[in-house]
Amino acid sequence: MMSKYEKNTAPDVKWQDITLAADVFEGGTSAAIETGDWRTIKPVIDWDKCKQCLLCAPVCPDMSIPVLADGKRGDFDYFFCKGCGICANACPFGAITMVK
Amino acid sequence: MAIRERLSGNEAIAFAMKQINPDVMGAFPITPSTEIPQYFAAYVDNGQVDTEFIAVESEHSAMSTCIGAQAAGARAVSATSSCGLCYMTEMLYIAASDRLPITLAVSCRALSGPININNDHSDAMGVRDAGWIMLFAETNQEAYDNFLQAMRIGEAVNLPVMICQDGFITSHAIENIDLVEDDKVKEFVGEWHPEHYLLKKGESMSMGAYATPVYYMETKRNQAQAMIDAKDVIKKVGAEFGKMTGRSYGLIEKYMMDDAEEAIIIIGSSAGTAKEAINELRAQGKKVGMIKIRSFHPFPTEEIVDALKNVKAFATMDKDDSFNGHCGPMHAEVSAALMAAREFGPLGINYIYGLGGRDVKVESIEKVFAELEKIAATGELGETYRYLEVRE
Amino acid sequence: MAYNLKENLMQGDRLSGGHRFCAGCGSPIAIRTILRALNPEDQAVICSATGCAEVSTFIYPYTAWKDSFIHNAFENAGATMSGVETAYRALKKRGKIDETYKFIAFGGDGGTYDIGFQSLSGAMERGHDMVYVCYDNEAYMNTGIQRSSSTPMFADTTTTPQGKVIPGKQQNKKDLTKIMVAHGIPYVAQSTFISNFKDLSEKAHKAIYTPGAAFLNVMAPCPRGWRYPSEKMMEVTKAAVETCVWPLYEVIEGKYTINYRPKDKRPVEEYLKMQGRFAHMFKPGNEWMIETVQKHIDAKWEDLQNLAEIK
Repeated sequence: MMSKYEKNTAPDVKWQDITLAADVFEGGTSAAIETGDWRTIKPVIDWDKCKQCLLCAPVCPDMSIPVLADGKRGDFDYFFCKGCGICANACPFGAITMVK
Repeated sequence: MAIRERLSGNEAIAFAMKQINPDVMGAFPITPSTEIPQYFAAYVDNGQVDTEFIAVESEHSAMSTCIGAQAAGARAVSATSSCGLCYMTEMLYIAASDRLPITLAVSCRALSGPININNDHSDAMGVRDAGWIMLFAETNQEAYDNFLQAMRIGEAVNLPVMICQDGFITSHAIENIDLVEDDKVKEFVGEWHPEHYLLKKGESMSMGAYATPVYYMETKRNQAQAMIDAKDVIKKVGAEFGKMTGRSYGLIEKYMMDDAEEAIIIIGSSAGTAKEAINELRAQGKKVGMIKIRSFHPFPTEEIVDALKNVKAFATMDKDDSFNGHCGPMHAEVSAALMAAREFGPLGINYIYGLGGRDVKVESIEKVFAELEKIAATGELGETYRYLEVRE
Repeated sequence: MAYNLKENLMQGDRLSGGHRFCAGCGSPIAIRTILRALNPEDQAVICSATGCAEVSTFIYPYTAWKDSFIHNAFENAGATMSGVETAYRALKKRGKIDETYKFIAFGGDGGTYDIGFQSLSGAMERGHDMVYVCYDNEAYMNTGIQRSSSTPMFADTTTTPQGKVIPGKQQNKKDLTKIMVAHGIPYVAQSTFISNFKDLSEKAHKAIYTPGAAFLNVMAPCPRGWRYPSEKMMEVTKAAVETCVWPLYEVIEGKYTINYRPKDKRPVEEYLKMQGRFAHMFKPGNEWMIETVQKHIDAKWEDLQNLAEIK
């Protein structure tokens, strides 16, 4: 996803071209950072056990449990997931396991 | 047709602010600038402006609210002095690095300690590295005129502007002033249209990044260029102001410099005292002159070097000491300018004077010129780091 | 409209992934929940004090904020947000803005209880139409776990280490929520992460949409500084609430309401034993420390219940 300001914010940007005051003129540009490569363990969902109670979704610090248009949670977004395990502990049905 | 009035320097600044009718003022009282937010609050409460006035709980918060407001897309103004300016120092650096053209009126007063409410330039000079454009006024008229030009200058280069005058000496003394008509002010100052701001429709903006060593230096170099570019802007706006009012402004003012053999470089109200001294000495046939600095930052390097070219001996008059063991801030900058131009002809010394409101008399300035005459004649500098009118 | 977790989550988040908060950090959990309390059609400007939230969400050129955002310095989120809010009113009055904006400032306990206290107090006292949220992790976590006035008694921090002579912090946690109530602002609340997040979401919505100044104090545990396994976040917050260490309450126009009274109030040691920062309190001979804390929590709980009785 090419940002309009890619040239003005690249690591080799010249001082003449850098964005004014090192401001960023778009929202949510951190979405480009794969924090998923931090983790040492990852959550795996057992759809048979999952009752779609959604109690796992709000506890995620990294917005890695999507709630889809049909109101159901989808699979984990492993791009950002740091493997903290809060969701696994929050699930009342043991539907989430942390694996290496 | 100009309006003739009698106003103190503080009143004149407040009046200029009234005519500009900024979006937001965030200010905290401190002697001797206190009257500025007081006069302005009266304008607000009497419906003469529709500025939103935030009576903040400290000077640090005054500049914080100005930064928030300007970042949001509003014109923000404030006023302070001395310890208040010192207290908001952290914010001054951020206002400049965030490239926000905030305008701040400073009624200069000595920094503590000891605590002292009278004029010197230690407050303004103390924040000279913060990145603000700094314009100094000799008179109430200049304070008023400078404030009217401030936004045009700052908004052209995206830098904040500090309009300084001498606390009590001009801030509280009433002088005759020519005011500009309201509609002319509105036309001259115009409106601010930033390209990016927090409240811009359809665009999100993040300001105040953490910048790693990969980016910090480029951001600063970009900021440095704005200060360099400000020189031409100050001259252009000063000329335009001159067309409107008959009072033109540049980076410096030269007084009897054409054939001067001895000269002083000075900032602020003492320039007026110096003009008296120069008139008396000229009547005695002495070839003396003065360079008054209006724009301290950006520093008028070429103009000063050019003015000093044929001068035999000069003294930089610093109303502040840097306590570095050898010179005050202005002398350091003058010396750097001469060095860069390889101008080694004029012999220069430095006087620290007027600290904590120590009275600056015509005789005191004449003493300085007497010393310069000796130096010009003998070629001997003597002590270069001198204090004027201190009991010893 | 009654709170519904599904509907709340389906709004999507106004905080983006890819931020640099530690794995399991309480701060982004608080932030994303509070931002979801905004009506989707409303714009917002967010301010953050320097601290965990700021450095984790905005490392140039990556910002995790989808709304407009300003970071200024450590001690002035209150004042900075005051300036933005005032500009909004000024520009709106002059016909230059036609959208509805809400203003939410975030600060850690460092930037709120301590260095940011003056600025916060000024902003609240002046009644700016904004919400100040403290994500309280009970120490200066971003700089390496130094004590703040929010740090509880006996907690081991890097500036109050549990040593041979002095066993951790020697003062009780400052009650900032009550100080905010004393400012006479229309809405003050204490909350944390419980169950389906109804408590925090409803309080956030009330805070945002009550005209005037509002303050939310949100306990946001830090697995690193509190020393518990990151997956135990919800167990820690639950224990805080069930032991009455962190009661959930609101103060609306000065009237106290306790939102949750544990039917079976648990002894504080159930909360303390979960965290390494309190581990030394369990050494033989240190029982007096746990008793001291229990007495203090009981007294504060009693005091809060008395306040809630006042009509």
